[in-house]
Amino acid sequence: MSYPFRRVEGVNSLIHARGLVKRFGDFTAVDGIDVDVQAGEAFGFLGPNGAGKSSTMRMIGCVSPPTGGVLRILGMDPRRDGPRIRARLGVCPQLDNLDPELTVLENLTTYARFFGIPRKVARARAAELLDFVQLGERAGSKVEPLSGGMKRRLTIARALVNEPDLVLLDEPTTGLDPQARHLVWERLFRLKQQGVTLVLTTHYMDEAEQLCDRLVVMDGGRIVAEGSPRALIDTHSTREVVELRFATDDQGTYAGKLEGIGERIEVLPDRVLLYVSDGDGALAEVHRRSLSPAGSLVRRSSLEDVFLHLTGRTLVD
Amino acid sequence: MTPSAYVLEYHLVNYRRTWRSSVLSSLVLPLLTMLGFGIGVGAYVTGGVGGYSYLEWMVPGLIATTAMQTAIGESTWPVLSSFEWVKVYFAQAAAPLRIGDILGGHLAFMLFRVLLSIAAFLLVAFAFGTLRSAWAVAVPLIALLVGAAVAAPVAAYTASVTSDSYLAILIRFAVLPMSLFSGVFFPIESLPVVLRWVAYVLPLWHGVDLTRAATLGLDPGPGAVWQVLYLVFWCAAGWSLAYWRYQRRLVI
Amino acid sequence: MLTLALPRRLVSFEGMGRRSAAVAERNVAALKTAYWLVMLGGLLEPVLYLFSIGVGVGALIGEIPLPSGRVVSYAEFVAPAMLASSAMSGALSETTFNFFGKMKFMRLYEGMLATPVRPIEIALGELAWAMARGGIYSAAFLVIMVAMDLTTPARALVSFPATMLVGFAFGALGMTISTLIRGWQDFDMIGAGQFALFLFSGTFVPATAYPEVLRWVVEVTPLYRAVDLIRGISLGSVGVTQLVDVLYLLAMLAVCLVVAGRRMERLLCK
Repeated sequence: MSYPFRRVEGVNSLIHARGLVKRFGDFTAVDGIDVDVQAGEAFGFLGPNGAGKSSTMRMIGCVSPPTGGVLRILGMDPRRDGPRIRARLGVCPQLDNLDPELTVLENLTTYARFFGIPRKVARARAAELLDFVQLGERAGSKVEPLSGGMKRRLTIARALVNEPDLVLLDEPTTGLDPQARHLVWERLFRLKQQGVTLVLTTHYMDEAEQLCDRLVVMDGGRIVAEGSPRALIDTHSTREVVELRFATDDQGTYAGKLEGIGERIEVLPDRVLLYVSDGDGALAEVHRRSLSPAGSLVRRSSLEDVFLHLTGRTLVD
Repeated sequence: MTPSAYVLEYHLVNYRRTWRSSVLSSLVLPLLTMLGFGIGVGAYVTGGVGGYSYLEWMVPGLIATTAMQTAIGESTWPVLSSFEWVKVYFAQAAAPLRIGDILGGHLAFMLFRVLLSIAAFLLVAFAFGTLRSAWAVAVPLIALLVGAAVAAPVAAYTASVTSDSYLAILIRFAVLPMSLFSGVFFPIESLPVVLRWVAYVLPLWHGVDLTRAATLGLDPGPGAVWQVLYLVFWCAAGWSLAYWRYQRRLVI
Repeated sequence: MLTLALPRRLVSFEGMGRRSAAVAERNVAALKTAYWLVMLGGLLEPVLYLFSIGVGVGALIGEIPLPSGRVVSYAEFVAPAMLASSAMSGALSETTFNFFGKMKFMRLYEGMLATPVRPIEIALGELAWAMARGGIYSAAFLVIMVAMDLTTPARALVSFPATMLVGFAFGALGMTISTLIRGWQDFDMIGAGQFALFLFSGTFVPATAYPEVLRWVVEVTPLYRAVDLIRGISLGSVGVTQLVDVLYLLAMLAVCLVVAGRRMERLLCK
């Protein structure tokens, strides 16, 4: 599929938010965030459940009016120009809301009609998009028997039916098996290469590292960190992490004995993490102190370490 | 306790949550029909029917229709949901329950619902003074027979479809015509001969006729035995059909 | 100088018709065998009632006097009422059960609202669809009425737009109800209310047969107004009350459409 990338004239940021707020009654879902997304960028919102990612996405998608602050999408005001903005957005919601009464192909063609796309164009484009998401052979099938991964790909194809300037993806791979996730990533990466601006939310760190040029970490409705994946790791974590498992019920008894190795020590119920710049050197030091862990692992620091450091390890549901 | 009693128990526990809304469909609606037709339209039927007032004449028909409708209400959407949406049957099949237990327990619950709404209707009919004979005590038994004669085959039908559109089709094309042309509102003798035979073949008319004989104290004659046997035949055939369909759907 | 200070989204009609049509188009694409059969069933329902009650019970009743003193056959009396109530139930089934299913269960409208389509356009599109379906029902039933000599062809022609008005008004009402109810359990209530209207709206006996107080209650219900309008036309006795009926139904249509659009916006654009 060749995607006609259109430069959006006269607009610096496709999304421009200042002090954006969303409240539901007494509950503040989004608490004054500033965001700018440039054309051609892949931008991610990271955060635990309830961080305010989906509320932000719904405001950007012009289906949820902001409670306060400034929001400009494609240089327009969502409160006033909703239909005109939505005509140029592609939205892939968190839960697939495909039409169960229509076939795979009809899902795309009827959706195209909502944008006023002529029937003939809609049919041609739908066929092309089905090939792009590798569903060409299922065109005549009903939606219900499709696997989770197929439905997701169909929803992504549907989001592209109007050749949008900006594609919003809310947790695009949640609930998919590894093969399906990789296929979705690969397709999204291709879109990105073609210059499509992607905005996605996720709580998968590998997804953010794979796809995003730039991201923000949200927690409790606020932005707690911002930057490229690499920059975030450099700022909020060390280069490497050593994971140690001791044959005891209380890993904490070893904390004192590890004192002084690396920048930070974190004790978990099942293991101890050492945040260090040189993992192998640190492990040698552990052995030199004649501590013999039952298992040890030296790895590169990941976005997951940043995320857990910034938003904590407590379950949020 | 036999295993099907456990299944019945499950449905009864569930019913504690939903009984309020069922009062509406199984008691209020038949009552409204009785007021609207029996009293409203009945006032214009100046000659009565067969020597009885229109109200007295139609109430037994409504009782049999209510038994049928309650049975069908319980053997359509709830059965489909147990297969398709809530999938209760599959959870039950994963326990040491056999097909007969699952089907039998659910049918027992459907009959319990039939009995409940008929009992309520009978009390109201008594208050309106439309029960003319002590034979009315036989009405619950007739209602159970009618209920089983429709619930079992309809459960078999429901077990064979996957979309509730087909349930709407059953209601529109089978249940509604049967309610309107089985001698509930007017005597089937005034139907053209072909339609009269359709009414004879379907189960409802036999239920209406038996119930009417009971509440008005008419002599049902030897034909009544055949009518009862015919309804028993519907029950038996329906049970085996349903058993077969449940098995096809649950044992894969 | 006084300028229109209304927010633009309230006065923008640009593309409205096209987008509403696209919503109705989706329903055409979803037409499948089972749905056709359900629709055919809806067509059959008033016919069955007409034969059972109008003809079957009618044979026991014979003729019925109208409040005006004129005497008509019972089937002639019941037929227009069946027409009005089938226009009502056709519109309601599309805008309550089906509409609610699409909104809450299939979450179709969430997908639509991510496109330029607006809530009021969804409401209009669904209503137009319900009307297309209702129009077919009404036309077929009118043909049957003429064939059975229950009305004249000319009166049947005039009745048709009246049934469309009835359908529109009840369609808008159904949509409003759909945006107000909590869940599927409330459909039992809707069904019961609909059945009560069907029984007591001067459908099977004239409202004058009821006790005085009840009669006034009956006369303000929407189905009574619809029955009165269509019966007036089909029996050729149109008067001032039929004008009241038309105004009543138009007002109901307007109020319900506005409420439904607003409620949808609140439910879907949180």
